[in-house]
Amino acid sequence: MLSRTADNLFWMARHIERAENIARVLDVAHRTSLLPLDVDGTEAYLWYAPLNITGCAAGYEEKHGLARADAVTHYMALDPDNPSSIYNCLKMARENARTARSAITSEMWEIINATWLELNRLSKQIDMNDEKFSDFFDWVKDRSHLFRGVTLGTIIKDIALSFIKLGTFLERADNTARLLDVKYHILLTEKENVGSSVDYYQWGSLLKSVSAFEAYRKIYRDVISPLRVAELLILRDDMPRSLHACMNEVEAALLEINGSAGKEARRSAGELHAALHFGRIEDIFEDGLHEYLTYFLGQTYSLSQNIRDAYLARQERFETLPIRSAGQSQQQT
Amino acid sequence: MNKNTIKCFNELYEKNDEIRDIYQQYQHWQSNLSAGTLERKSAEAELLFRRLGITFAVYGESSGSERLIPFDIVPRIFSGSEWRRLELGIKQRVRALNAFLHDIYHEQEIIKAGVISKKQVLGNALYRPEMQGVNLPNQVYAQIAGIDLVRVSENDFYVLEDNLRTPSGVSYMLENRNTMMRLFPELFASHAVEPVEHYPQMLLDTLRESAPAHVSNPTIVVMTPGSYNSAYFEHAFLASQMGVELVEGQDLFVHQQKVYMHTTEGPQQVHVIYRRVDDDFLDPLVFRPDSTLGVPGLLDAYCSGNVSLTNGVGTGVADDKSTYFYVPEMIKFYLGETPLLSNVPTWRLSEKDDLKYALAHLPELVVKEVQGSGGYGMLVGPTSSKAEIEAYKQRILKDPANFIAQPTLALSTCPTLVESGVAPRHVDLRPFVLSGKDIRLVAGGLTRVALSEGSLVVNSSQGGGTKDTWVLED
Repeated sequence: MLSRTADNLFWMARHIERAENIARVLDVAHRTSLLPLDVDGTEAYLWYAPLNITGCAAGYEEKHGLARADAVTHYMALDPDNPSSIYNCLKMARENARTARSAITSEMWEIINATWLELNRLSKQIDMNDEKFSDFFDWVKDRSHLFRGVTLGTIIKDIALSFIKLGTFLERADNTARLLDVKYHILLTEKENVGSSVDYYQWGSLLKSVSAFEAYRKIYRDVISPLRVAELLILRDDMPRSLHACMNEVEAALLEINGSAGKEARRSAGELHAALHFGRIEDIFEDGLHEYLTYFLGQTYSLSQNIRDAYLARQERFETLPIRSAGQSQQQT
Repeated sequence: MNKNTIKCFNELYEKNDEIRDIYQQYQHWQSNLSAGTLERKSAEAELLFRRLGITFAVYGESSGSERLIPFDIVPRIFSGSEWRRLELGIKQRVRALNAFLHDIYHEQEIIKAGVISKKQVLGNALYRPEMQGVNLPNQVYAQIAGIDLVRVSENDFYVLEDNLRTPSGVSYMLENRNTMMRLFPELFASHAVEPVEHYPQMLLDTLRESAPAHVSNPTIVVMTPGSYNSAYFEHAFLASQMGVELVEGQDLFVHQQKVYMHTTEGPQQVHVIYRRVDDDFLDPLVFRPDSTLGVPGLLDAYCSGNVSLTNGVGTGVADDKSTYFYVPEMIKFYLGETPLLSNVPTWRLSEKDDLKYALAHLPELVVKEVQGSGGYGMLVGPTSSKAEIEAYKQRILKDPANFIAQPTLALSTCPTLVESGVAPRHVDLRPFVLSGKDIRLVAGGLTRVALSEGSLVVNSSQGGGTKDTWVLED
């Protein structure tokens, strides 16, 4: 497969997954904002979380100043000036798909294209002050689900699909780690709330944001505790958005892609995966959850770089890689 | 001359105003539709096209950088015998054009014989001296040709122009058929329409046959200038229909006169490039040095016979509008045959007498730039204002050799769905001709239709639309 095509497939999947994750983050922020919180400057405090998760706090402050519900929602959902808004993610996903048009199925293209057209219609109608934004987040999640379903239902199982999976699960792992980190930070600083009903709702909404609330109930059948939430979202490989589950998929995709250039990427993915496979939540908490998540994010970033260097970049390899059958051509000419 | 006075052949009717045989069944079906059905289906078609993303870009238009080409849901119908006759003429013409290209890049017999002047060929800006003496597989230069035909009466067709560089539109031919079958399955049950769906397979066969002779299992790619090109949809469409990679210049590189693409498994050699990039942009080392679309060293690899480019380099010299004039002579010279399809009478304004005539008759004529395409920069005398004609006259006088003039042809009309209902609109036809070891084409081609009343300009860049084109089995 062309490196540029692989690059576009990888990023198409990342952008769609990112759009879905931003919708999830905003959705949980709105749910949380409905809960009682007796802290000074609550609104700003609360609304920095989604900005921090997606790393766009600086851009937001420059434009709007203090974090406010309506402004943050608009900035993260629909603002064309925010490079990581849902709007721009879906726009870039479509550009990626358009550039890799011949490598994806017609049905996949139609979903992405229709999503973009519909988003343009919706963005003119939605007022982030009214209740409609919740429908909007659901719509974004639905489109992402639909895209994944169509992809699995129509594309042949070759490395095109492997690069799509790679993009999807790296992005998802990244997001779950960020979500957990920011929430953990906010939630645990209010020591007096631990074990209270506020705590219950806060952890509950975190779980809901990654569609894990029901899973938690099913698995633990007990009160919600930070330790178990972290275990569920980091170590349990039966939980679709956990770090462990994501790294299972990433490692499998890298094995499918194979090739000698990917040795370093496979090695670092394997290492990351093994740590999750054999890790214990008590150890993670002992060393500090925040420290652990920071380390994890650093590792996935360098894994991303390894993948880029091995498969996706072009210019660098122009000079360095040996060319097959180069010796024969001289005799012919 | 008022535009309404142009008398033309309406393909729906006989002379005595009766419906022509081939349209009878369709017309019967259409007259039984309930009111508003066609309009509803037309809106449905537009939605389908938009969802599929079948868009094209209009140069110089910043706002709507992606537009839909209007699709008309009334098919244009040919009988099998009508088509058979056209097909022979088209194949004959393409054979002669390829023979001409081979000749002028080798022995130049046609110049020696005095049929065409040395200046006309070697002085042409589109003649590529780099190609002199280069041998191509099958001696074919234009593997993919688009021959534009217009009809002026029941039996008379003219060739309006030959497109031997990167003719586009075939994806519309295929998607138009696809859409019609989705919207009106019942019509295809009642009409024996010759299929066109196998075009991508025929194209793939042609590209395989065009590979360098020593390569048995060639790697084929489609090369696009990029996703912002007006025909990008088509490039991607053809690549995926053929199951080959769609590459840009940046994906390719040349090493020791061989072409490779960057893949996830390392460099892979490429043998046939169906390039949709103009000559000028192919190789910055030889042509435009500022081109970022091309591949340095590509021409060298091509001339060494290690990679095939389709179409070949330097075909423009044969589809140039001043060379067009000589095509009937080429047919006689190379094939020893009488041309089956006529040229439109053409005045070459490089000639004194022709220029004099043309300047005196501008309001009746169509004037085109010799190297223009896409309907840009042409004058349609009968539908232009005095001021427009005067302004164009000044352009001609600056460089007369850059223009040709032709009589304003009464292009035939076909029934077309417009705001006021179904009404006649002018059409042309572009069949796509594939030349490998054999010459192949699917029945029909792309019918383009000028949607505004009286307009004779069918180009999509000028607001024209397209129709599905049916050839009925006899």
